Amino acid sequence: MEKLKRFLNIIYILWIRQIKRYFRSRARVISALAQPLLFLVALGFGFNSIFMQAGKGNYIEFLAPGVIAMTVVFTAVFSGVEVISDRQFGFLKETLVAPVPRSAIMAGRTLGGATVAVIQGVIVFIASLFVGFHPNLTGEIPVTLLFMFLIGIFSTAFGTAVGSVLQDMQAFPLVINFLFMPMFFISGALFPLENLPKIINYIAVFNPLSYGIDGIRTMLTGSELARFSLMSDFLVMGVFSLALIFAGAYLFSKIEA
Amino acid sequence: MEIIQVKNLVKKFNGFTAVDGINFSIDEGEIFGFLGPNGAGKTTTIRIFTTLTKPTSGQVLINGYDPIKDPDKVRSSFGIVFQDPSLDEELTAYENMEFHGIFYNVPRPTLKQRIEDLLKFVEIWDRRDYLVKTFSGGMKRRLEIARSFLHHPKILFLDEPTLGLDPQTRDHIWRYIKDLNKKEGITVFLTTHYMEEAERVVDDLAIIDHGKIIARGTPEEIKAKTNKTSLEDAFLVLTGRSLRDEESNGIDNLRIHKRLWKS
Ligand SMILES: Nc1ncnc2c1ncn2[C@@H]1O[C@H](COP(=O)(O)OP(=O)(O)O)[C@@H](O)[C@H]1O
Ligand SMILES: [Mg+2]
Repeated sequence: MEKLKRFLNIIYILWIRQIKRYFRSRARVISALAQPLLFLVALGFGFNSIFMQAGKGNYIEFLAPGVIAMTVVFTAVFSGVEVISDRQFGFLKETLVAPVPRSAIMAGRTLGGATVAVIQGVIVFIASLFVGFHPNLTGEIPVTLLFMFLIGIFSTAFGTAVGSVLQDMQAFPLVINFLFMPMFFISGALFPLENLPKIINYIAVFNPLSYGIDGIRTMLTGSELARFSLMSDFLVMGVFSLALIFAGAYLFSKIEA
Repeated sequence: MEIIQVKNLVKKFNGFTAVDGINFSIDEGEIFGFLGPNGAGKTTTIRIFTTLTKPTSGQVLINGYDPIKDPDKVRSSFGIVFQDPSLDEELTAYENMEFHGIFYNVPRPTLKQRIEDLLKFVEIWDRRDYLVKTFSGGMKRRLEIARSFLHHPKILFLDEPTLGLDPQTRDHIWRYIKDLNKKEGITVFLTTHYMEEAERVVDDLAIIDHGKIIARGTPEEIKAKTNKTSLEDAFLVLTGRSLRDEESNGIDNLRIHKRLWKS
């Protein structure tokens, strides 16, 4: 009991640290929002007519959930770079010489990164209402948030794992772009996959992000656009998130500051 | 009681021997100076003591515990001021202290009072709600010192605590350290480049060069052995080099510059 309380205290202080740092860094907030908004406006208006001609309805209705998911996913995965910057600023040592389980540090970082990412996602959701997105809220808002949170956890753990292995700040975005971008692009977030080659659709079935994004889309626009059942969305995303937390915790525990 | 014991400690980096079979022990409650030129192996030794690096061979006991077998027991026994900065610059001074307190399980009710006392002690209580990135190098150091003994450690490791600071700030820092040693009975293990300062502060010392301990004793004993009147000259006799020359060594200069630029 005492141990659990201590574990939770550590998670809490790491979590609140990340929230504070996030709200203090306005540049980070703005730059993380600029890109999704640009996507919404440029892609939304640019491709709308093609999309409509293809008989798929309004593209913005398809795109907005994808862009919201994109915001969460990329804010989260890039929060992994904080492991590297904490190392460079020396703060990582402060945490590593403390009598604290590495798993608690990893859990706190992951929750903090995911929370910040969900906050960004919610801001983009609100912004999307102003550029013509009409969500059809089929379910409860908390379930939508849960899906955002799951892809946030998944992506933060992924970023933290990469950040634990790399020493170099410049290498981080390169590795993420190489490993993570393809996963994102074949997740069906920004364009429907049905008309793409079959092989891509097969791969997408093994892509955990497909499920998280499908969950968000189902919650925001109803089930016509859904590809999987909500339950499989939840299970696949949950299992993969847990697996990545363990992988990340393992790699993080190997760090020498 | 011997609070630190080291037997045949060796650390190799890909064949290069940074720490070459050192042996010594330190009595509880003393201020111990670990002195030596750049690259002698001081920081590597501290990293082994503090569970950050595993030794290649040899034994270490910190407060009776082995850093490899019992890392958490060792970690609860010491506080440390690292050679390089280790604060979260995006947090305030108070938040840095609070974070540390939670990490070391300092009970909430006493934590507040303890933080207040310590920040007053190092004279940054007035600036407690400022972000650390607005602090000067000296203030950051003071904050790190206050933070390092927030959790009442038995041992305090200070790796070049005054490097790159102006003489007045250096004086202050030594005064805090002496006070602490007296008031809280903490054993202090420090490394420094500044021999005159070491001479004023330490009870006992070892000189390390090329990973080997080449002298051990009180400042008086070492001066007597080398027939010199200052530790500085004794050091010159023992290592064939003066620490002053070493001070302008490249790595150190870089470090000083980094610190100045960051502050
Ligand atoms: N991680 C490392 N990899 C390779 N060599 C290292 C590493 N850390 C330290 N060294 C080398 O070990 C020697 C001792 O370094 P260090 O303990 O930092 O010396 P000091 O603190 O006495 O200046 C130096 O020659 C340094 O270059
Ligand atoms: Mg050193």
